[in-house]
Amino acid sequence: MSTITTGVYSRTYRQDFLLRRTWLERARLALVLLAIAVAPFLLSVYWLEVATQIAIAAIGAIGLNILVGFTGQISLGQGGFLAVGAFTAGLTAIHTGLNPLAGVALAGVVGAVVGGFFGLPALRLKGLYLAIATLASQVIITWSIIHLSFLGAAEPLAIVEPATVFGWTVSGTWEWFWVIAAFAAVAAVLATNLFRTGVGRAFVAIRDQDIAAEAVGVNVAGYKILAFALSSAFAGVAGALTAYRDTFLTWESFTFEISILYLAMIIVGGLGSVSGAIYGAAFIIGLQAFLQELGGNLQGSFPSVQENLPAIQQIIFGLTIVLFLIFEPRGLARIWQRSKDYLRLWPFRY
Amino acid sequence: MVFLPELTRAYRHNLNGSSLERGATQLEVKDVSLRFGGVQALEDVSLAVRQGGIHAVIGPNGAGKTSLLNCISGLYRPQRGSIALQNGKRHELTKARPSRIAKWGVARSFQNIELFKHMTVLENLMLGRHTHMRHNVLTALLYWGPAERQEIRERELVEEVVDFLELQAFRKQEVGRLSYGFQKRVELGRALCIQPAVLVLDEPMAGMNTEEKEDMARFILDVNELAGVTVVLIEHDMGVVMDISDRVTVLDFGRVIADGEPAQVSSDPAVIEAYLGEQRAA
Repeated sequence: MSTITTGVYSRTYRQDFLLRRTWLERARLALVLLAIAVAPFLLSVYWLEVATQIAIAAIGAIGLNILVGFTGQISLGQGGFLAVGAFTAGLTAIHTGLNPLAGVALAGVVGAVVGGFFGLPALRLKGLYLAIATLASQVIITWSIIHLSFLGAAEPLAIVEPATVFGWTVSGTWEWFWVIAAFAAVAAVLATNLFRTGVGRAFVAIRDQDIAAEAVGVNVAGYKILAFALSSAFAGVAGALTAYRDTFLTWESFTFEISILYLAMIIVGGLGSVSGAIYGAAFIIGLQAFLQELGGNLQGSFPSVQENLPAIQQIIFGLTIVLFLIFEPRGLARIWQRSKDYLRLWPFRY
Repeated sequence: MVFLPELTRAYRHNLNGSSLERGATQLEVKDVSLRFGGVQALEDVSLAVRQGGIHAVIGPNGAGKTSLLNCISGLYRPQRGSIALQNGKRHELTKARPSRIAKWGVARSFQNIELFKHMTVLENLMLGRHTHMRHNVLTALLYWGPAERQEIRERELVEEVVDFLELQAFRKQEVGRLSYGFQKRVELGRALCIQPAVLVLDEPMAGMNTEEKEDMARFILDVNELAGVTVVLIEHDMGVVMDISDRVTVLDFGRVIADGEPAQVSSDPAVIEAYLGEQRAA
């Protein structure tokens, strides 16, 4: 539990429900927003690309955390739902002249429907059994993309039309970063709000004690499906953004490994925490990019490192996750919370 | 309501969700039989719970008390018999989902605490309000308009329960960190937030010391006398049962062996036999 700032009193329940109560908290939020706004001026193109990928991954990870971290339904299918969103958006862009914003929204809706459908096994299965069932969704979705001829997606797709919204064509690394960062910010706000209300509480209730949840009147079956649908809607939006930004789509970018990667993000970041999903996305994508760059720099002096880079990456990856599980199962979000508490009390111990 | 209105004036919400007159039959269990494979857990069990009363269900271990409660709250489905709740109209409980039964006004606590242990006390109590809220994902995502107003409105009732059960100091604490006695109290609070027609408590005092038991007994009496809520409870402490309940049903091997006022039941030879074994001539 975090230390509570003293001297903050509420006069109304509305005040008591506010997310940020002190000027310090508000200043911190303003700083983060400022950092995002000026990031393109400070980062190199390579790291700006990485930051954009982090923002996309954050949306998907927030979605997955709604399902796994908050509702307690383990899913190994997030990669599949990203693919659903990406291909919905890609095919919309290629076959109709629809506004990309509409394309993103459509991808969210289709993601929700497909996710809700693949959530049906959750009505009967729990824990590891459910994880295996969601693995099926991953396999079925990739198989469908390759084999259903009317999708025309066996070969990679290319979106020729640049993304144009109300006359403004999004182009260049900077603009894409801002657009996608804005989407990620909205996703974070929406998810945070969700857990301030009864719907979010019902999700957490199902995770903590599903029988009691049913006994206080939560329709457990309905809320499980809803959690799957919401989670996949976030994944759908993330997938759609990837499609519009990369303008090049292949099922190979949405394999089972991606699902595992997203699971790693929320474990490292912190299960059941919206900010944790963002930290996790930043950590995992950032770590990959860092190892990549490190490998490039070492190429001249240590050719063997360059050769074995994929293996080394895997090892470091596995190691980080194991270490997090052992030393801080509640992830980066918890570490951040603890450091805030420490600073708040500094220089006193308690 | 006729229950000492001058004492409940401080509270704006009525925690009793029943519209029946005191003494009318609130819950009627009729010829309920429940079987698990070869085990007959309940056999032709019948009892009537009256509005405004405290009805205790007692019996030796394995007598089927918890099974009966699980049938009432819909967690088990009996093979035969009916359980009817009178609240507005007659609701048949044996064929309904537990969440539906909660909506009709049957609230319960569990023998082994089943709280949402990573949530705060407030959030647990707010979940008790779940059936009284309208849930809309879109307004929830935006925390806008009706969603926010509803949170504030329900919080007011929850605060009354917090006050009623003296939980003020723990509002924002994770329930998993509270002591056993307080967890039991939060669970009672969560059930109370449903504004139940029948409050079903499965061993509310199990594992408590005398002081905690006295507290819990006081809260149950307050809930019953001040708020007018009908209570059905399972309890092993005979002293407590005889002191607070006004009707007792005794189960043994899945059958009702006695039913009546506490004094009457405690002198019933069948009950004495069930608890102490057959009396032998010396």
